[in-house]
Amino acid sequence: MTRRLLTLGGALLALAAAPASAITVETVRSPQGITAWLVEDHTQKVISLDFSIRGGAASDPADKVGLSSLATGLLDEGAGPYDSGQFQGKLDDLSAGISFSATADHLQGSLKTLSPYRDEIFQLLQLALTEPRFDEPAVERVRAQLDQLIDGQEQNPDGLATLNWFHAQFPDHPYGRSRYGTKESIAAITPADLKNFAKTRLGRDRLEIAVVGDITPADLTILLDRTFGALPATAVAQNPSDRAPADAGKIMLIKKPVPQSVIRFGEQGIDLHDRDIYAAMVVNYLLGGSPFTSRLGDEVREKRGLAYTIGTGTVHYDHADLLMGFVGTQNAKAAETVKIIRAEWAKMRDEVPDAKAVADAKTYLIGSYVLGLNSTGAIAERLLGLQQNGFPSDYITDRAKKVAVVTVDDVKRVAKRLLDPAKLSFVVVGNPEDLKPDAVVETE
Amino acid sequence: MTRFLSRTAAVLTALAALALAPRMAAAEPLFGETSFTLKNGLEVVVLPSHRAPTVAHWLWYKTGSADEERGHSGAAHFLEHLMFKGTKTMKPKEFSTLVARQGGQENAFTSWDYTAFHQDVAADKLELVMKLEADRMRNLIITDDQLKPERDVVLEEWRMRIGNQPGALLDEQVEAALYLHHPYRIPVLGWTDEIRTLDVPAEKRFYDTWYAPNNAVLIVAGDVTVEQVKKLAEEYYGPIARKNVPLRQRVHEPDRSADATVTLHHARVRTPRWSREYLAPSYHTGAKEHSYALEVLAEILGGGANSRLHHALVLDQQIATSAGAWYTPDRLDLGMFGFAATPRPNVTTEQVQAGVEAVLAQVLKDGLTRDEVTRAETRLVTSELYAQDGLDEPIEIIGRTLCTGGTLVDLDAWPDRIKAVTLDQVMAAAHAVLDGKPAVTALLLPADPTLVARGPAEPDLPIPSGEIR
Repeated sequence: MTRRLLTLGGALLALAAAPASAITVETVRSPQGITAWLVEDHTQKVISLDFSIRGGAASDPADKVGLSSLATGLLDEGAGPYDSGQFQGKLDDLSAGISFSATADHLQGSLKTLSPYRDEIFQLLQLALTEPRFDEPAVERVRAQLDQLIDGQEQNPDGLATLNWFHAQFPDHPYGRSRYGTKESIAAITPADLKNFAKTRLGRDRLEIAVVGDITPADLTILLDRTFGALPATAVAQNPSDRAPADAGKIMLIKKPVPQSVIRFGEQGIDLHDRDIYAAMVVNYLLGGSPFTSRLGDEVREKRGLAYTIGTGTVHYDHADLLMGFVGTQNAKAAETVKIIRAEWAKMRDEVPDAKAVADAKTYLIGSYVLGLNSTGAIAERLLGLQQNGFPSDYITDRAKKVAVVTVDDVKRVAKRLLDPAKLSFVVVGNPEDLKPDAVVETE
Repeated sequence: MTRFLSRTAAVLTALAALALAPRMAAAEPLFGETSFTLKNGLEVVVLPSHRAPTVAHWLWYKTGSADEERGHSGAAHFLEHLMFKGTKTMKPKEFSTLVARQGGQENAFTSWDYTAFHQDVAADKLELVMKLEADRMRNLIITDDQLKPERDVVLEEWRMRIGNQPGALLDEQVEAALYLHHPYRIPVLGWTDEIRTLDVPAEKRFYDTWYAPNNAVLIVAGDVTVEQVKKLAEEYYGPIARKNVPLRQRVHEPDRSADATVTLHHARVRTPRWSREYLAPSYHTGAKEHSYALEVLAEILGGGANSRLHHALVLDQQIATSAGAWYTPDRLDLGMFGFAATPRPNVTTEQVQAGVEAVLAQVLKDGLTRDEVTRAETRLVTSELYAQDGLDEPIEIIGRTLCTGGTLVDLDAWPDRIKAVTLDQVMAAAHAVLDGKPAVTALLLPADPTLVARGPAEPDLPIPSGEIR
């Protein structure tokens, strides 16, 4: 449930004023046909590689939920001739990092190394992907860690609110379940399941790679085949169906004795490739995309002191698009806060947006997109995100142009399309006074 | 490059550090930084980097919550919030609106020893943010109308960060138990009863006392030149008058003479957490000749996959899902050295405590190996190479160093000083800080002991950064 591309918080290239992106992306293709986006940058002796394979936690079989999390958690816990201690010890001695994770839609990996140790570290990645050991002590330890994560998610108000919001909106869909699975489903995963996962899910046909740093295209070409060439040509994984949120307009209360009610809210969003997405980014920015200057920030935080954090963002999965928000407020103010959010949702839909505000939002969306791209890791992460979402490598400049042409009329039209206070669904975790929920869940 | 040969040299600490500084000056700038000081005392550090056409502008004040008046806890952090609420020339929120309108992002944070404000903008917008930041260094206006709702915002921040989080509630109590006297015992956010009473005069006093060019560090990093920054800094910060800023002379922390255990049983805890903290010297205070050796020691004991604690508790005995050690050298006054472990399901906190104690006892009795020391030093120094790959980390390291009594000379010499630490020095530091010294042990436990002991896993060590944004 983590691969969320918050289109507002990101960063990219200023318009014509700024020099075109200092980032030049080159596509590298290996003899075996493995493709990677490369930004060659020799200013530091560092290489960052991010990759992903489509088909993550949402592709786990219904009776093995959490398989992706457990398996990816184990890929760096022993491979080839090395047990967990030796594998991690080697990485640690070379001050390198290799990590894996599963989001709803992807299995992901990240490698960071100093260029002098490049070949050794890429070889460790290759071993992790093609010869993971799944030794019993490591399996039991990572299983215990997952159990603790599940407990944590269920006891932490933020985790609980998010989990329940998705559970209510996607009741019969993999997006409605935790990517960690449940303790029961995790306990049921066998060594054979893990081995089968490694054999079937890591297919080259679903592989996307971004590399940034001190490496030439020629060297990368060789390393691509060496590292990823032994993976199966095609992956076997279930593809979830496209799905809209189900439980429109309800308020669900999860009762917890906490001083602050934690609230998640949201409704159907717009696809990243929809022509209205850029106007939708502006709508989101004006409504809740900026913590201090948005309408929600102003009404809830600045004027009334009801919250420290309030915000909204567009959230994009492979099979669902959402407009989501979050806020935390003392229990005595939860009902008032929910009311204000609904009212602002309606105002944003009905009122003609101010031309100046729209212009400011566009400048922000264009300018802020390039911020933070000052490390190899940050650039690799951004590029991989573009690949995962099916954008070309010149999206960085293209996006700026598309935001720039959004008009006030577009914003008005898309606000009407996007925002429906009657379909805005809330989950509140806490002990709120005066709130009239449609459903209540008592917890221990 | 060996700074100290034995623990007896401790008494000469201050003198030795001063004497050594000039010799260290030959080290290359660690992050390629250049520095200069304006006539009004503002120290400026520039880190050119042309990877992206953007610039980061950070202003650090050498003051934080440890400088608050007694009874006004939270004043420093609250002032950080109020800095966005208008000046003689700017309306409330105008600062944020202007930065956002230029495609920029901004934030701020407060710790015990420093308060920092920062903006990321396109390189050609540096002048704008500098003008805005300089304006609120001297022209801040605090009114009741602005202060009251913002105080409620801070209380919501407390509920979010502390009230809703059992682990954070416990951390507050642990720090209050560890520091008997020094203001590091008081949470950066403040005690809620005192936050509620913070008013315009209290905030104004803190601002007038501490916010001055001669008590600040400006760091500009990104697509700029030193000359550009110099010209703009002189134009915007240059005219601001110096103030008589008090010395940061906080009370002296007495020696601990007893252990303490702080226990929180909480309904929302499933996984217990065990930790133990010791008072320790920092780079700047106490037996600081041990500080670099303590960094190496923390790395060997609990720094990662090769550490003694990970091997013993996680891999060999299989009683913990995580185990580690940490040390905070970058404080103006005394720092902390700590251990933490999360037991596996069906393992008790007593068992992981015994496991950690056994590892420590063995190290104190049998010592470490030269190889462990060398490998740990290599890992520590190499981590700096990764830091050089970005901008945020160098900026934060530089800011913290300069706001906690350090200099750029110290910073640039850091890799050499780490590499110069010997096995004997690591052992001397371990004995000085950990051998039979009183400590505070913290237990985070389920409210109902019959509940299966599994819970909010904190896969990362609870290193108290103390930075509250």
